Amino acid sequence: MSRTFLGMPATAPRGVGQLRGDEAFPAAARKALGDDQLRRNLGHATATIRRRSGAVIAELPDWQELRAAGSALKAATMARLPELLERLEERVTAAGGVVHWAADANEANRIVTDLVQATGHDRVIKVKSMATQEIGLNEALEAAGIAPVETDLAELIVQLGHDRPSHILVPAIHRNRAEIREIFLREMPGVDPELTDDPATLAAAARRYLRETFLSTPVAVSGANFAVAETGTLVVLESEGNGRMCLTLPETLITVMGIEKVVPTWRDLEVFLQLLPRASTGERMNPYTSMWTGVTPGDGPQSFHLVLLDNGRTAVLADEVGRQALHCIRCSACLNVCPVYERTGGHAYGSVYPGPIGAVLSPQLTGVADNASLPYASTLCGACFDACPVQIDIPSILVHLRNQAPHPRAERAAMAAAAYTMDRPALYARAQRAAKLSGRLTRLPPPLSGWTASRDLPEPPPETFRDWWARR
Amino acid sequence: MRIALFVTCLADTLFPAAAKATVQVLERLGHEVVFPPGQTCCAQMHINTGYQKDALALIRRHVRTFAPYEAVVAPSGSCVGSVRHQHANVARAAGEPSLAARAQDVATRTYELSELLVDVLGVEDVGAWYPHRVTYHPTCHSLRLLRVGDKPLRLLRHVRGLELVDLPAAEECCGFGGTFAVKNADTSTAMLADKMRHVLDTGAQVCTAGDSSCLMHIGGGLSRLGADVRTVHLAEILASTEAA
Repeated sequence: MSRTFLGMPATAPRGVGQLRGDEAFPAAARKALGDDQLRRNLGHATATIRRRSGAVIAELPDWQELRAAGSALKAATMARLPELLERLEERVTAAGGVVHWAADANEANRIVTDLVQATGHDRVIKVKSMATQEIGLNEALEAAGIAPVETDLAELIVQLGHDRPSHILVPAIHRNRAEIREIFLREMPGVDPELTDDPATLAAAARRYLRETFLSTPVAVSGANFAVAETGTLVVLESEGNGRMCLTLPETLITVMGIEKVVPTWRDLEVFLQLLPRASTGERMNPYTSMWTGVTPGDGPQSFHLVLLDNGRTAVLADEVGRQALHCIRCSACLNVCPVYERTGGHAYGSVYPGPIGAVLSPQLTGVADNASLPYASTLCGACFDACPVQIDIPSILVHLRNQAPHPRAERAAMAAAAYTMDRPALYARAQRAAKLSGRLTRLPPPLSGWTASRDLPEPPPETFRDWWARR
Repeated sequence: MRIALFVTCLADTLFPAAAKATVQVLERLGHEVVFPPGQTCCAQMHINTGYQKDALALIRRHVRTFAPYEAVVAPSGSCVGSVRHQHANVARAAGEPSLAARAQDVATRTYELSELLVDVLGVEDVGAWYPHRVTYHPTCHSLRLLRVGDKPLRLLRHVRGLELVDLPAAEECCGFGGTFAVKNADTSTAMLADKMRHVLDTGAQVCTAGDSSCLMHIGGGLSRLGADVRTVHLAEILASTEAA
């Protein structure tokens, strides 16, 4: 660590990376709700993934036991995270890798930029990685004159479109093929001007461009899905083979990994490699699972650096209820079942982590005050909890974070008055009768006008239940 | 059996018909229903909006009010969900372990109406008659907090004259979510629009559920549309007979 601090661990710094939105969720959601094309794309895509994932999960008789095992492994890992990380460092170092500790986004960006500059190259190829998006690594590299090239097809679409990802697994879920064709024509070096919007043709154009880039770029940056403490092995799961290219072809490989990704033993992967593909892409087995341990002479990158990223994670770990959010394996099952996400899309959440998991993770990484609207971006319907392959109780964390969030002054006063009245039955009964006397209201004043804009209020009954009971 | 009615503040104030129907069904089945007068609200609104400190006094009141009873019933999956899954946690977080223990004790004896009827009283046919085309919306907290499963449907299937029609995408939230409906009114309305479309697609005359809150939301939307579908609490259907 570069600094010594006492007291509570720090949250992710402001002004760097992508954990905070420009506006609160309700306002950002309103814009997304007005975009019919976006809602059709999202509805179609999430329904397709739900169907596929549901079918392959139903094949496993022990799915619930696997979930419980995944949850227990994560809880046990978090309980001895410092020890496991030091073990990982020791094993990676023994295998010829170099381990760097980054307290936050700024430090991680500086470490990676320095490492790339030391190679003398000005371009890097990238494997899709949430951690590097979280810290804004691409922006930091660009500021240092280094060009990062995303090699996952959807990430490439997002990067070429100067856009932001809107889904953890399917970052360009908000784009259709006509839009993708336009982006390629406008931005892709050496693209065929006769390009059509046929999916196979679009994929072929990306493949041609990416192959040239893979073969001419000797530095790669990746994230990691898992890191095995006992062996020092890093694990990346992907579906397109682009990751395999990045992890094997270059001379130098730099991996940025959140500290919560460590697992104690090799055998623990048995559980997670069953859970992750079925919950995320709806596949029985992940297509490309790359594993490497340090450096192997004559085979693969000869220089390997692992950057262990905190950026608020230790602060999350300090919260007894909220720390479950660190169990997340980034499958995005919670996004695909969330009725709120399905309608608003990912951009409304303002962070690289959208959907239910984003609503509990982002506010904890930044401090709740910086993402105060996110814990409220849920009806607490519980679909995310049921879908989570590691049983993260997202609704309970949302409620817990709401209790920490700053509250509007008027709401605070109204809630206090309601609690005061409800703790005094006689006063409560008088308030009920007063409400009845006001008759049926058709329009409520702000902030309650949100209700009457689209719904009628019920007709007040002639008497309350307790009055009926009293004269019975 | 002697059963204490936890009416819930919403049913007490705005939907007393659901609470009266709960009393009628249980009395018709030969049980004694009592109404502990000190009760007001379970504090779910406070807890779910982030006011656990304010909620604490209401939890204390609820526990004190219902502790003497062997069985407590509420016509709401959501309020029972709060009693069962939140009260003890909030008390524990506030550093009140003895309140938490008493809250947990009350929680184990508190039932949503369909749970009480099917699991505790062992009844599926409550002798009801309701000659209408009905669709059932399984509210999220009944479904995923309480896991009531098909208990409400089993009760409805035994109602004479009732034609039960499946609701498409039934398990998707209606968009109410308590203060969510106000804080995120646009998203809530978008979810409601889809729920109403599914309800209308069934051709049902009545949409029923075990929670007045979700029904207030769906019903408020249908009323605004001028749709010819009524929202009726499950208890009211179960209370309905040929005679009355």
